[in-house]
Amino acid sequence: MNRVMSGNEAVSQAVKLSRVQVISAYPITPQTSISEKLSEICGSGEMDAKFVKVESEHSAMATLIGASSTGVRTFTATSSQGLALMQELLFWVSGARLPVVMVNVNRAMAAPWTIWCDQTDSVSQRDTGWLQFYCWSNQEILDSVICAFKIAEELLIPCMVCHDGFFISHTHEVIDIPEQEQVDTFLSPRKAEYKLDTSDPRTFSGGTMPNMFMEFRYKVQAAFERAQGVIDQTYKQFAQTFGRDYRAVEAYYADDAEILLIASGSAASTVYHTVRQMRESGRKVGLLRLRQLRPLPVEGVLNHLTNEATIAVIDRNLSPGTGGVFTQELRAALHRNGEDCCIHEFVAGLGGRDITAADIEKICDDLDNKTADPAGINWVGLNR
Amino acid sequence: MSDTPDYDFCASHDFYGHTACPGCGEKILYRHVLDVLGPETVVVAPAGCAAVTDGVFPHSLSPVPYLHVAFGATASAAAGVRAGLDMSGRENVTVMAWAGDGATFDIGMGALSAIAERNENVLYVCYDNEAYMNTGMQRSSATPRGCWTTTTPASRLKSEPKKDIDAIMAAHRIPYVATASPAFLDDLKAKVERAKAIRGLRFMHLFSPCPPGWKSDPADSITIARLAVESNVFPLYEVYEGERLRLTYQSSSVAVSDYLKLQGRFKYMSEQEAEDMQSAVERSYAALKLRHEKSKVCL
Ligand SMILES: Cc1ncc(C[n+]2csc(CCOP(=O)(O)OP(=O)(O)O)c2C)c(N)n1
Ligand code: SF4
Ligand SMILES: [Mg+2]
Repeated sequence: MNRVMSGNEAVSQAVKLSRVQVISAYPITPQTSISEKLSEICGSGEMDAKFVKVESEHSAMATLIGASSTGVRTFTATSSQGLALMQELLFWVSGARLPVVMVNVNRAMAAPWTIWCDQTDSVSQRDTGWLQFYCWSNQEILDSVICAFKIAEELLIPCMVCHDGFFISHTHEVIDIPEQEQVDTFLSPRKAEYKLDTSDPRTFSGGTMPNMFMEFRYKVQAAFERAQGVIDQTYKQFAQTFGRDYRAVEAYYADDAEILLIASGSAASTVYHTVRQMRESGRKVGLLRLRQLRPLPVEGVLNHLTNEATIAVIDRNLSPGTGGVFTQELRAALHRNGEDCCIHEFVAGLGGRDITAADIEKICDDLDNKTADPAGINWVGLNR
Repeated sequence: MSDTPDYDFCASHDFYGHTACPGCGEKILYRHVLDVLGPETVVVAPAGCAAVTDGVFPHSLSPVPYLHVAFGATASAAAGVRAGLDMSGRENVTVMAWAGDGATFDIGMGALSAIAERNENVLYVCYDNEAYMNTGMQRSSATPRGCWTTTTPASRLKSEPKKDIDAIMAAHRIPYVATASPAFLDDLKAKVERAKAIRGLRFMHLFSPCPPGWKSDPADSITIARLAVESNVFPLYEVYEGERLRLTYQSSSVAVSDYLKLQGRFKYMSEQEAEDMQSAVERSYAALKLRHEKSKVCL
């Protein structure tokens, strides 16, 4: 069924269709309308779930740790300061192998106060052991949340689905809402092998000594190494059921590109739009859209690298002292794979500043004219 | 090695014994509370002595499912366990949070207040040894005035009185608040029995001697617990719906100094401070007694 809805409402629909049993969340702009909608549909009985109305994001995640440990399917959503407040428990969830799914609506981190979009909130959680997905459309949000439960429960690794605050969360688009029966065939109820069960009493996450902790971590790493295969397999099944095809890296006009731009989230859709325009005027520009930060889809990127292309990453986030996180991650990963190509780094759109078609064209001009710094950060639209 | 947890991912319950110090009040309390609650119980416990001394992976002494959680996460995690069990048709299982004073009075206070305000169907038990013992005896807001800890050294003893957690919890008008002591086991067990039968948030505050932290003889733990009650430093009572208060033990009038003198942690207290403590104890006990009498009239 086609309906017009915001990115945030698409999240709520996906959570309902995924038959989540326990939800806990705390309001924060621009996530709030997710909590509101879910409160409504849990309250009205439209969805058979318990929404635990907590007093902080730390408690939201703590609640899900408790709930998920009983074997039920759980969900939360947050942004920015809320995600940071959860951080201690983000590690906890992945270490305890709980398949919690969370939506993070990307918003910059204060100070100074801002409610506007950038990805620094989620990318700075990349070491916490969560898979991270980045969306560019409302349809993709709905589909990604449904997939996230399947992936998380298969790997026993939590999943974070991210979309850009306001640019996507509050933009309305037509999306196809699948039928419940269809979702049920794709996503069966969670079967937890390990849970708090009085008929098989066990202790979870107790103290470990140096002779055993590393093995716990090794298993988490091994699950991440298996993750891309599980994700790809899930997309295949998703396409069979719903007819929509996803992959970790999506390439547009990449094969013969002389300039290959790499971007994620809503910025990628502006790049896509600009690339198409530039193609019309004969400029050989292409786009790789990254849909994941964890696991970093290295193979998907390697598949599209050519010797001809000048490569640039547009990062809507900043790790001070280092730079854009997607850039740093790709540089390290490609180097590990024996690629010594130069990756230009453009930091853009922090704190909700628009990344415009003109910005993208200027990036391409700077790359063509070799006026872009190949090593340091190229700041886009900075008023110096 | 596979990437998914094997069955040894969660410790099995082998009853190999605890690792607490001799004379630890917490383990005595835990055993008796669990005895009353029975096997249809799930325990949620934060960082602290109780959790650490339950056993190191892959051992665990608890005979019921046990969820370790982060230090400030107890109350919310317990509410989450409740929600998950309820959604799986296991409403009959008791969810017990088992947390120290630091986890309860300090880092977990906001979350505890929240589950009280929501009246979650959880039994929250605080074993109170009046300091952060697991990290080596630092002050908490449960530490009494005039007490030595490693962060309130002899040169600067704790100058603030103990936070009145029971009044705070009762002010949330939850169905049940009770204090109890390992020196009065019948009273303790009767209260756990009552708490178990009530729905909603039940808060129990247990006095928990700690020989290394209190600088006391392990053989004196129960004597100290008894003196705390008899001197009215730790009166035994219960509060229903935040209103009806019942003293469950009429103490004799032992001097506070008799309670203090068995514990090295109070040895730096001046005589004046000890006298002040005596009168503070008398004042709060008189107030409790008044409420007890009034509640009787209301019955
Ligand atoms: C967020 C966080 N801060 C600090 C600690 C360190 N820590 C662990 S247990 C503890 C004190 C526990 O005190 P209490 O709750 O009274 O329990 P006790 O050890 O006295 O039984 C502290 C400070 C921690 N684990 N997590
Ligand atoms: S330090 Fe105190 S509370 Fe901790 S185990 Fe020893 S006696 Fe028990
Ligand atoms: Mg303590």
